[in-house]
Amino acid sequence: MLEIDGLTARYGRAQILNGVSLTLGRNEVVALLGRNGAGKSTTMKSVMGLVRQTGGSIRHDGWEIRGRASHVICRAGIGYVPEDRRIFGELTVDENLEVGRRPAREGAPHWKTDHLFQLFPNLAERRRNLGKQLSGGEQQMLTIARTLMGNPSLVLLDEPSEGIAPVIVEQMANVISELKREGLSVLISEQNLHFAREVSDRAYIIEKGTMRYEGGFAELDANPDISTKYLAV
Amino acid sequence: MGFYLAQLLTGLANASSLFLIASGLSIIFGVTRIVNFAHGSFYMLGAYLAYTLVTTLNGGILGYWFSVLVAALIVGGIGLLVELTILRRIYRAPELFQLVATFGVVLIVQDATLAIWGAEDLLGPRAPGLDRAVRLMGEPIPEYDLALIAIGPAVLAAIWLLFHRTRWGILVRAATQDREMVGALGVNQAWLFSAAFVLGSALAGLGGALQIPREAVSLQMDLSIIGEAFVVVVIGGMGSVTGAFVAAVLISVLNAFAILIFPQISIVLPFVVMAVVLIVRPYGLFGRPGSEHGGAEEPEQPLRLLDQKSTMVLLALVAVLGFSPAVVSDFTTILLVDVMVATLFAVSLHFMMGIGGMVSFGHAAYFGVGAYAAAMAVKLLGWGMLPAMALGPIAAALAAIFFGWFCVRLSGVYLAMLTMAAAQILWGVTFQWQDVTGGDDGILGVWPAKWAASDRVFFYVAFILCLGGIWVLRRVAHSPFGYTLRGIRDSRIRAEAIGVDTRFHQWMGFTLAGTLAGMAGAVFVFSKGSVFPDALSIGHSIDGLIMVLLGGIHALGGPVYGAMAMVLIEDWVSRLDYWRFIFGGIILTVVLLAPDGIAGGVRRLGQLVRRDAA
Repeated sequence: MLEIDGLTARYGRAQILNGVSLTLGRNEVVALLGRNGAGKSTTMKSVMGLVRQTGGSIRHDGWEIRGRASHVICRAGIGYVPEDRRIFGELTVDENLEVGRRPAREGAPHWKTDHLFQLFPNLAERRRNLGKQLSGGEQQMLTIARTLMGNPSLVLLDEPSEGIAPVIVEQMANVISELKREGLSVLISEQNLHFAREVSDRAYIIEKGTMRYEGGFAELDANPDISTKYLAV
Repeated sequence: MGFYLAQLLTGLANASSLFLIASGLSIIFGVTRIVNFAHGSFYMLGAYLAYTLVTTLNGGILGYWFSVLVAALIVGGIGLLVELTILRRIYRAPELFQLVATFGVVLIVQDATLAIWGAEDLLGPRAPGLDRAVRLMGEPIPEYDLALIAIGPAVLAAIWLLFHRTRWGILVRAATQDREMVGALGVNQAWLFSAAFVLGSALAGLGGALQIPREAVSLQMDLSIIGEAFVVVVIGGMGSVTGAFVAAVLISVLNAFAILIFPQISIVLPFVVMAVVLIVRPYGLFGRPGSEHGGAEEPEQPLRLLDQKSTMVLLALVAVLGFSPAVVSDFTTILLVDVMVATLFAVSLHFMMGIGGMVSFGHAAYFGVGAYAAAMAVKLLGWGMLPAMALGPIAAALAAIFFGWFCVRLSGVYLAMLTMAAAQILWGVTFQWQDVTGGDDGILGVWPAKWAASDRVFFYVAFILCLGGIWVLRRVAHSPFGYTLRGIRDSRIRAEAIGVDTRFHQWMGFTLAGTLAGMAGAVFVFSKGSVFPDALSIGHSIDGLIMVLLGGIHALGGPVYGAMAMVLIEDWVSRLDYWRFIFGGIILTVVLLAPDGIAGGVRRLGQLVRRDAA
């Protein structure tokens, strides 16, 4: 589904990724764990073509996407939910969804607004409100719904549980399970180990732009020193 | 009463045509973030094309409106051509670099228009069916004005529907807020940009085409409208079409009444209104702070002190320059003085933009104040050359302290526009205040003192002052004050968080840049012997911008390259016919070949040569 191999990226003169490798299978939910600044967001932005990568390869269904424009990557079936939400504050909820709308794609579920409003009932009541009038949790729901409008087969969720109320975090976990049920693959970047364990099949840990761990959560829990070393704040 | 109604209606008719051009400019800026100087050229082309179509077709009412629409469509097509062939290649270049390219287009369109339609003003026919006046409360009101008053709001409504009821419009509004995210959602930004550019250009063309029954079609239409159009866009809030409409009405109606009281005000009124609005509302009436997620620009490399080898090369070049009057002709000596003056001017602007992070569209104001202060000291006070030259930078410093205090309260394009407003106000004062400044006739006969009268001696005066000024600016760029300015440029919030008084630092940076521009002006006036209001004009400010941006804003050497190239090319091509066309072509070539400016191009060339040698 997604294979990242030896990816390097820099911002100006600062090297952010030093050879990141990661694979994600079909219908798999994988967590990418790490502290602030470890390279989680940059990995996702690299996949999406939003930062300049200097080396390595990113393949999606065997097709090299590294160096392509982000709209091409999106059209290939990769949906991106950015960490800071980036909803269009001056557009209504309906208009935000319209921006994300793409034609149906083979091999991926076709999302209609009705279905999304079932999944995110809070948004249904606020369709005519401007994006900037929504609460943080509602904005987080909107940014996911907007991405789903593009009918992706793989979704990159950048820190979905960050800065939202615990009850919404619970809702978020349900949404991710629903995505898996629908047959999507999901890559989640997280700092919240508890949340990641609840929703994902296995995990990677990234630190200073390099992968330090790959495996299941049981194994991770059996070796507490790994999470202390790379995740404890 | 009827008279005031007539004034009001004239104001509203002017507002409609101003709105058409400003709305297009605002749409283009909102989506692409390009400050499009060529917008006035599109307006002018619309007028010329409509003139030709209307007079050739000569087809009555239907023919007239058909011609107007076709002219607008053709201009839209020209806009598409410009976007596809030039702008699309340089979207990733440093911000504002595209502005240079659009200025190249201005020059090319000017000469192309001259070649096709000739230099004489063309008087368009009246609009068939709307060629009379109706009497309202006893005053004659041209029917055509009433039609325009209706067209403005109709176009506003059409744009509103387009932006709120079509998918394309929703995408445009989304891109105005966060284009990168729109791309990540699968929208091909390139086509969105093209479409916005076409719509904007077509609106400018429509504005020009509708103007032919009202004013003579002339080669001055482009630059005469662009300043005012920018003002309207900025007052309304950049990217807001509704804002542009409100601002156009505000400016035009105010102007219609202000000229009754104080006829000279119309030159500066829009700029005064803009200055007031920006001080009260830093993003215009309907504008919002821009999104942090704009382009994907590479962060800048840190400035480094020159290594020993480069320092030796630099010193050798300065020495060559210092000895050159002994070998070259008097003519070249004078040209070299021009180069040094332009270089100091460009380096001072670069200090403000590159180091201080404050883009200025009005830096010529301080150059001009320096020049005028020195000239007036000689003419009105009878001072000698050296004290008069000293007064130049002092006067410029005072002007920069005054206007800078307002400007540093803003940032980005809004700051740039306020500097332009300041410059335009100073230009207006200089132009109108005949008794003191000589008005349009300027101040003549400001020659160097007897001991410095020979070209060679004056060369050394200029050499010391200009190179001294450049040295000071370089020195400051590498001082803690310079570090702080660059810190503020890169992140104002972080600089504030570590306790830097950002406004005060920028204010002082602004003042220093203005002072040295004033010094360049003082040297300039004695080398030419005269000074005219165009020393402070927008055109001269744009020259400065072109020098800095074309040279390369990310390198200290950039403005030096830019100024040398500008003066030498201008000296060479301005003797030719259609020199604007050639000059514009050269600018576009540099822009396309070296999107990081001449300095970047030279550096890459050097790397290439070294790699080959190794």
